[in-house]
Amino acid sequence: MTTQLPPGFELEKVDDRIMTLNVGPQHPGSGHMRLIIKVDGDYIVSCDPDPGYVHRGEEKMAEYRNYIQNIPHLERPVIHDSSNILYPYCLAVEDLLGIEVPERAKYVRVIASELNRCIYTLYWLAIYGIFLGHSTMFMWSAGDRELFIDLLEAMSGARVTHAFLVPGGVRNDLPANFEERCLRQVNYFEKRLREYEDIFYQNPLLKARTEDTGILSRTDAIRLGTTGSVLRASGVDFDIRKKEPYDVYENLDFDTVVMKEGDSYARSRVPYLEMFESCRIIKDALRKMPKSGSVRTKLKPNPKGGNDEVYRRIESGRGALGYYIVSNNRPEPYRVKISVGSFRNLICIPYLLKGEKLGNMPAVYWSLNYWPVEADR
Amino acid sequence: MTKKKEKDEESSETTDAHSDKPEPADTDLAKTLTKEEARKFYEEKGIDLSPDVPIHPQPIPEFEKSISDKIASIFGSKVTVDYVRPKRVRVSTKKEDILDVAYFIRDELKYDHAESVAGTDYPDSKEIEIIYHLGSYTDEQKGGQILSLATRVPREDIPSPGIDKSRTPSLRDVFYSVEFHERECFEMFGVYFEGHPDNRRLLLPEDWADIPPFRKDFKIKGR
Repeated sequence: MTTQLPPGFELEKVDDRIMTLNVGPQHPGSGHMRLIIKVDGDYIVSCDPDPGYVHRGEEKMAEYRNYIQNIPHLERPVIHDSSNILYPYCLAVEDLLGIEVPERAKYVRVIASELNRCIYTLYWLAIYGIFLGHSTMFMWSAGDRELFIDLLEAMSGARVTHAFLVPGGVRNDLPANFEERCLRQVNYFEKRLREYEDIFYQNPLLKARTEDTGILSRTDAIRLGTTGSVLRASGVDFDIRKKEPYDVYENLDFDTVVMKEGDSYARSRVPYLEMFESCRIIKDALRKMPKSGSVRTKLKPNPKGGNDEVYRRIESGRGALGYYIVSNNRPEPYRVKISVGSFRNLICIPYLLKGEKLGNMPAVYWSLNYWPVEADR
Repeated sequence: MTKKKEKDEESSETTDAHSDKPEPADTDLAKTLTKEEARKFYEEKGIDLSPDVPIHPQPIPEFEKSISDKIASIFGSKVTVDYVRPKRVRVSTKKEDILDVAYFIRDELKYDHAESVAGTDYPDSKEIEIIYHLGSYTDEQKGGQILSLATRVPREDIPSPGIDKSRTPSLRDVFYSVEFHERECFEMFGVYFEGHPDNRRLLLPEDWADIPPFRKDFKIKGR
């Protein structure tokens, strides 16, 4: 008996050797995305990423709300890096509306951004650990993440989705005794971070699974337009905080972390080493910050941008994060385009997985610092 | 840029009169107000109608000028080069010339990757603008620079993506990194990229049967 199947539902012709696997979208190894993987025995022949399961149309939503109403929903793609995804939006809107930001607010923003980078990286590291069967890493970094969550809760009142950064500065001033508390916790965290080295990064099992897997050469990293830790792990010295310093980054003392290997191990190590730099930045910013002063420039009600366009970017936990905003004399933006690091690194997945063992898929995939919700926007 | 500012001033005048600031809707006055009277009315109420962005021309920095001069000297009238902001140069060209300009930007100016490919829908002029934001990893000096390369594509009121005349050459052969960005642009705006090997859906569901959602005539339900 033959039944006519509707278009798109025909059964795929099956090869004798090649088998097609759907990894995701519910699989814990893929996050909210699907990887269509063809395997020959244990080896991956081709990989076709299929994102879009958490596409919410943030860009379209932004066209219906004014510049201030847009703040809370734009941070939703990466809630645990919410300051960093709002940062370029604030910079872009300030450029459009011609707003000057008070000096103290610039430092507070940098502190919030770096604390959030640590929160993101620890979350990512926790999941990387659990992907590779290393439960201790999951427990440790999930526990230490609470330190920074508490700090940001004290700053903004919310634990995860802060909406703390606004065009013109930050929403409110720091609480009393914040500097001491922040310094104490960051100092403790730095000590704690060194212990990660022994338990995770020097672990022979982790090394065996990640070293020399998914190698991305320097030329390919540039050609594929990768960004963030993926790029720096392949030997390209590029950090937007150094190349195009925004707010007060040019006054602060920190280094870029670059590794040359380009394998999964290097890619997993760069964000870890960057947390040390984040701690340095926070401590330096606390020292150099003006002790008092305004933290927010008052905007006109319902401010309008001119006939103008702007592209601003920052370095987020996952690489460059840019906003392209077109305005047309209205209180709402005419078009908002969010260029995110995860979406830019997506192009690496088919490239790196080809020829890799299926068992190495989670190690390579998660080392790309990919956050599916952000990529879909 | 100067052209833009003139437009800016004109349009700010026109939009200010019927902007969405609270209008005296209930009084009889509202129906008979001319533009001048409305302006006076707002001034009496103390509502500021001056444009939000102060317009002061900025001199073009040396480095940005050298980039824009190089492009302008080679392509002449084929391109329009605008200086938008510090570290941001914008090149607009016709879609017939975009490949030549892109090869020049890659080979001579050493921009090596695309950060984003954005579409903007302009239903009034029946055009869709495709804008590539290009950056450079290899050139030390250009690390902080973004060069945007823009082109305009005709737009049809009843779109049939892939079949109608909304199409432009793909830059995938020039900048490999645009592959996924162009796929996203195709599904969101219905602009077909000729020469792209893989013009499939990316983020939208496979059974999406409406018009491309980022066009202006696609409205969010309830709004």
